[in-house]
Amino acid sequence: MKIGVLCIQGAVREHVAALEKCGVEVICVKRKEQFADLDGLIIPGGESTTIGKLLDRFGLGASIIGMIVEGKPVYGTCAGLILLARKVEGSDQYLLGQMDITVARNAFGRQRESFEAPLSIASLGEEPYCAVFIRAPLIKSVGENVETLATCNGEIVAARQGNLLVSAFHPELTDDTRMHRYFIEMVKEWKQKQ
Amino acid sequence: MAEQGTFRVKAGLAEMQKGGVIMDVTTPEQAKIAEEAGAVAVMALERVPADIRAAGGVARMAHPEIITRIMDVSTIPVMAKARIGHFVEAKILEALGVDYIDESEVLTPADEDFHINKSDFTVPFVCGARNLGEALRRIGEGAAMIRTKGEPGTGNVVEAVRHIRMVMGEIRKLVNTPDDELMTFAKNIAAPFELVREVKRLGRLPVVNFAAGGIATPADAALMMQLGCDGIFVGSGIFKSKDPKAMAKAIVDATLHFDDAKALAEISRGIGDAMPGLEISSIRQEERMQERGW
Repeated sequence: MKIGVLCIQGAVREHVAALEKCGVEVICVKRKEQFADLDGLIIPGGESTTIGKLLDRFGLGASIIGMIVEGKPVYGTCAGLILLARKVEGSDQYLLGQMDITVARNAFGRQRESFEAPLSIASLGEEPYCAVFIRAPLIKSVGENVETLATCNGEIVAARQGNLLVSAFHPELTDDTRMHRYFIEMVKEWKQKQ
Repeated sequence: MAEQGTFRVKAGLAEMQKGGVIMDVTTPEQAKIAEEAGAVAVMALERVPADIRAAGGVARMAHPEIITRIMDVSTIPVMAKARIGHFVEAKILEALGVDYIDESEVLTPADEDFHINKSDFTVPFVCGARNLGEALRRIGEGAAMIRTKGEPGTGNVVEAVRHIRMVMGEIRKLVNTPDDELMTFAKNIAAPFELVREVKRLGRLPVVNFAAGGIATPADAALMMQLGCDGIFVGSGIFKSKDPKAMAKAIVDATLHFDDAKALAEISRGIGDAMPGLEISSIRQEERMQERGW
């Protein structure tokens, strides 16, 4: 199994470390030809406008959409969540637009409002999950094929639609690898089906 | 049980900026150009460093209305500068809601002995450093991000190169230092012992380290990335160049493709002249901004 981490900008190093801790082969990808032999992809946290512009400028968006259409799992954290969304409130920024969710950017406020909090996430087991939110987005509405995985103060902060997984928080900034393991399971299931 | 302002949350924002370019801007129009080019953040200023250098006198925190006007038009994080040691300017910037404070040698220091106690704040800080000891003293005070000092406003990358080579060289030396020599190593560079131990364990600084001070071309940005920086600050280099839009975009692209000479050749075409440069030896020692702070 080979999982790519999109290496345009942002928390690349942390995602690589988390995946390696889970014992899977990881490569950093930033050129078109690198996407084809991946089994899954993580789009890390960073600035969604920057990552989007560079995906667009260097023609990488189509490679990622190609992977998604093939059914390969893709996990977007924070900026990655925004890029996977169908719509971002009040913005015309470049999006991959593959997930039936509407997102509000910087929904909790500015950096001083950024926080960490324990969440209860049923799909990860009983132990609370420490979620780190940094100028984080929120999922304001979801389509009928989208399953809500986690909420914070009643707002959706993690969700899944088939082969797409998103979280508004940063699992790569903690030592808890449960979100990464959940994603690796998605990749395993996809590989078994092939 | 949500907790704000933890070190993880503060350093985390800097982690999200890795591989990106942070640009100095003085107007909302410039902020839009920066965001459009793909900047990961903007630094809201009254004047860029080259103009501060030319104006002389005492350089202070920017007017709040300049900062808030830039915050109003930006969807990316907005940083602002406070004078070294001026914790009240920093508290004002925090109250304004800026996302990051640069305790900066570009402004005239307010305190010749003491930097700001940055652990005291919810908002994260970035500080300049010329060597490992200086970087770890700032981190010890609570800085969540480090940058080279370079020599701001010169368009001359030589000092930033000196500073990143110094920090990376000292880290390599530290990694190869046996544990029983660590305390003396810490004493010699005047750095907190626990942080020295952590750098040895990690093989890098415990926070991100950006390049700053003299970056003027896409090649300069790629050079600093190849020397081991996590990202790039461009001060005067964008809006003192002939074609700021083209230069801003080219520096963003070069920071992404820093290790691909063919791509860099393409990126460097047709962007017009970089800002005029200053030879460091033409600046008197006491006027060098990098000498500010300790």
